Amino acid sequence: MTTTNITEHLLSSVQMAHFVSHGTIRLDAVVPAELNDEAMEVLPAGVPPVPYGTPVPQAYPEGSFVRRLLQLPEVAGALASLVGPDPRIDHHAVHVRGPREGEAQPLHADAIIDVRRDAFDVQLMYYPARVTLDMGGTLSVPGSHLRRTNESDTGRYQNLRGQSRLVCEAGTVVFLHHGLWHGGRRNDSDIPRYMFKIRFNPTVRQRLLWDTSDLADPRVAAELDTHFPWYEQATARLERYNRVLMWRALTGDDTFDLDHWVTRVSNRPQEAAV
Amino acid sequence: MTTTPPTPAPVPGATLRQRILVLYLSTSALDSHVLGWAFYDGSGRTSPTTGDAEEPPYATGVAALRDGWRLIQAAQLIPPYPGHEYDVSFLKHEFFFEQIVDIGDDR
Repeated sequence: MTTTNITEHLLSSVQMAHFVSHGTIRLDAVVPAELNDEAMEVLPAGVPPVPYGTPVPQAYPEGSFVRRLLQLPEVAGALASLVGPDPRIDHHAVHVRGPREGEAQPLHADAIIDVRRDAFDVQLMYYPARVTLDMGGTLSVPGSHLRRTNESDTGRYQNLRGQSRLVCEAGTVVFLHHGLWHGGRRNDSDIPRYMFKIRFNPTVRQRLLWDTSDLADPRVAAELDTHFPWYEQATARLERYNRVLMWRALTGDDTFDLDHWVTRVSNRPQEAAV
Repeated sequence: MTTTPPTPAPVPGATLRQRILVLYLSTSALDSHVLGWAFYDGSGRTSPTTGDAEEPPYATGVAALRDGWRLIQAAQLIPPYPGHEYDVSFLKHEFFFEQIVDIGDDR
């Protein structure tokens, strides 16, 4: 695809603020039916692994199924907004939740604890077929990505208020921040549930990579201030604090704040009184 | 001085199993509202798992007490480690409850 096409489909500042608060961007039914049909032939056979850090053109040659998936304008625009041009492939995998398999995955974040404030990986999750509630769609916890926990140490948490139990139409793509708590739910249906995941590592500084024409839109701050019903009363304030730091890193604007949360606790005047 | 109530004598022939309920609350107060929950069933009668429900079983920790659950552990209040005062991590206000059930002829 051309650069022009990507530019037209970059995320807005409001969408990026949504990603910073929720840890996800969801693109419903963005993959056309013929590509979904092809996926249901390609994915059951698996996608051969590539070495960690492989550039996209080497991992997925021009014309391949995965390359065409990544070239869809909405997918390419979101990916460019989040990690910029020329990301590397960390890894990919076809995840199948088997019919009536009896077990859910424990709630976890992928890889190991990752506390980067000024950079992040994203995970693309593509669902080639419709997912109903009983098919074991991915469980995820909006706003959990800034919590500092290691992999499945969160496995004790079965259910949290406001959790997302994915139900979607065929061709839905979700981008996750690397720290988001998630897991494959138990498939209580008779139909296998497919999901194709790719983790991307950025190769550029993740600053103002999206369509910034709406940076001053009041909905940016509103998105960043989103409350989730599973947050403890006190910790909910720290979540805002950490989102402000992430937004500052993404924009380079060290004056940005929500309700004075960061400004108040970093105020150390040095000027002597006269 | 208080008197500890006597532990009920086991019923001859009974096969007792523990059911565990974990509630995550909004504050350290047991009467604050439930944010998250988990069940573990030693009776084997149910198989709770991750992401299997949308609504919590009780509105507050005290509501679980009133329904007969016995509190067996509450999370300690631990000050943040120096330098990590603004970090967010695990849910802080975790309360473990138990019920003892007789599985009787289920053995």
